[in-house]
Amino acid sequence: MMRNPLTFVTIFIVVSALAACAGPKVAVEDGVIAEPVPVVTGEAGTTGLDGDDSLEGTGLDEGVVEVDQTNNLLNQRVIYFDYDSSSLTTESEAIVQAHAQYLSSAPGTAVILEGHADERGTREYNLSLGEDRAQSVATLMKALGVGAGTIQAISYGEERPVSLGSDDDAWRLNRRVEILYQ
Amino acid sequence: MNISLNLIFYSIRVVDSSMNLLKESVISCFALLMIGFSMPSAAVFTIEITAPTTASIPIAIVPFSLEGVSPGVQQPADIIESDLGLSGRFEIVPRSSFLSMPHDLESILFKDWRLIKSEALVVGKVIFLGNDQYEVRFRLVNVFQGVQVVGHRYTVKAKQIRKLSHQISDIIYQTLTGRAGAFDTQLAFVTVRDTDVDREYFLQVADSDGWNAKTILESKHPILSPSWSPDGSRLAYVSFEDRHSMIFAQSLRTGKRDRVATFEGLNSAPAWSPDGSMLALTLSRDGNSEIYIYDFTGGKLRRLTRHTAIDTEPSWSPDGNSIIFTSGRAGGPQIYQMPAAGGPARRLTFQGDYNANASFSPDGKSIVMITNQGNGYKVGIYSTETRTIQELTDSRDDESPSFAPNGDVIIYATKQKGKNVLATVSADGQVQQILSYQGGLSIREPAWSPFTRKI
Repeated sequence: MMRNPLTFVTIFIVVSALAACAGPKVAVEDGVIAEPVPVVTGEAGTTGLDGDDSLEGTGLDEGVVEVDQTNNLLNQRVIYFDYDSSSLTTESEAIVQAHAQYLSSAPGTAVILEGHADERGTREYNLSLGEDRAQSVATLMKALGVGAGTIQAISYGEERPVSLGSDDDAWRLNRRVEILYQ
Repeated sequence: MNISLNLIFYSIRVVDSSMNLLKESVISCFALLMIGFSMPSAAVFTIEITAPTTASIPIAIVPFSLEGVSPGVQQPADIIESDLGLSGRFEIVPRSSFLSMPHDLESILFKDWRLIKSEALVVGKVIFLGNDQYEVRFRLVNVFQGVQVVGHRYTVKAKQIRKLSHQISDIIYQTLTGRAGAFDTQLAFVTVRDTDVDREYFLQVADSDGWNAKTILESKHPILSPSWSPDGSRLAYVSFEDRHSMIFAQSLRTGKRDRVATFEGLNSAPAWSPDGSMLALTLSRDGNSEIYIYDFTGGKLRRLTRHTAIDTEPSWSPDGNSIIFTSGRAGGPQIYQMPAAGGPARRLTFQGDYNANASFSPDGKSIVMITNQGNGYKVGIYSTETRTIQELTDSRDDESPSFAPNGDVIIYATKQKGKNVLATVSADGQVQQILSYQGGLSIREPAWSPFTRKI
């Protein structure tokens, strides 16, 4: 449908005023944030507060701590990058590793790796940069045994920032790969 | 010095001159209402000259006589005055200083124009011939020699008068500056509307002064990188409408479009070859971002680059023999050149940490790009002769530079007070304009059309 841009001019003034009030905000798009956290099955189940027969409990052995650790890493669904870089840091590698383990242990689960860049520089170069970042994560996952068919890497470049500011903090948050479980 | 010309006020004058019995203020309100709500083809830009040149030619443009012409028909003098004024190459002599209002050669009193120091004078007529046919005449006159320099007569329909007026501006520009004018051209660009729940993207095409804007694609997902076919009939672009990047080529006349590239991974940065038969593009289907050539005849794809670093943003030399592109192979993005048939790539840029999104000037002598030499991302121009980059702008967030087909002006996207706007800068850096989308809508990704067909 052809649309005359003049017809939405006034609507936009109202919308932009609202947007200005909101300030920098985390975009809730495509269910990224609403997505349930994958639970590592059979290991970290909780017990209800219904029993008074074992007051001493069982203590948290190292195995449980490790599971908690994995869980924390699985909760981290965003990998961050340095400016104009698609290299993974040691911490990022640990997060990717946790997701790779989970994906290998949960057949039928698939992920989209969505690469993004900050607003600086040109849009097309940033599309390629987002693609490289998504591929960095995908390559490591595949090296850790995740099937290629499980992973789809896509890039939005600078088109979908999570932080709308134009400063170091905003840029740091926007240089990312989001791990989106399907 | 800051000249602001709001094009809506130019359209007010059309109404003004046809209803000159009413008071001007009353007409202005009436005209604004009419233009705001019922005229589908008003300008979508507010154009403001931010840095006019000092070397400009004083020119007077007399309102054309409108003989038997209905009120809806536009006054060519308004359009010509706006074009020439905004180019920064002319000093528009204000109509209030005119001592007479001639419409043909015989009625010009040259002393009237010498007195107000107008070097050039434009006069003309629009005569209604009946059956939506109009005769338009114009003459460009050298005031000091007292002679006509150029003059033409056309027969057109009412809806062609605007395009014809831009053509007259082109003729005047060419006659007085020695360079082709590019007023009768179009721009493609992307506008973005944010709502509470989502974002809408519009791929639009408008006349170079923001009139006659049309949306050719509307999407809730990003649209990027419009690229004109060399005959001006089609646009290639990147659309994320299926949640990943795809390249389309769309006919502007019919709206029919072809999927050019829908490979797994990235499909981006389409650039038409000068002969229109091929599209250079960036795909990641074989690993990371590499440049390929798509041949429309036979639909064949040929890989051009092979490197672990990013290769993207291809653009053709005017002779079609080579491709320039952005590559990260030296650590950060820099511009390289290689034969379009394939072969070794040669690095062109060595100044600054970031040089990207390059394209040739129409004469092939310079290359416009985004350059960061430590003070932000600016439009820069690289001379193939001196092999150095000259920064053209003072801004910090420039993107997507594109040459006008005459090579005199570059349009690009930038930010002004946090707002996304378009801007132009003359190739010599002297004249700068800001083009704001009406109502403050976010605008980006400009691409200047080739020369269009003449009336």
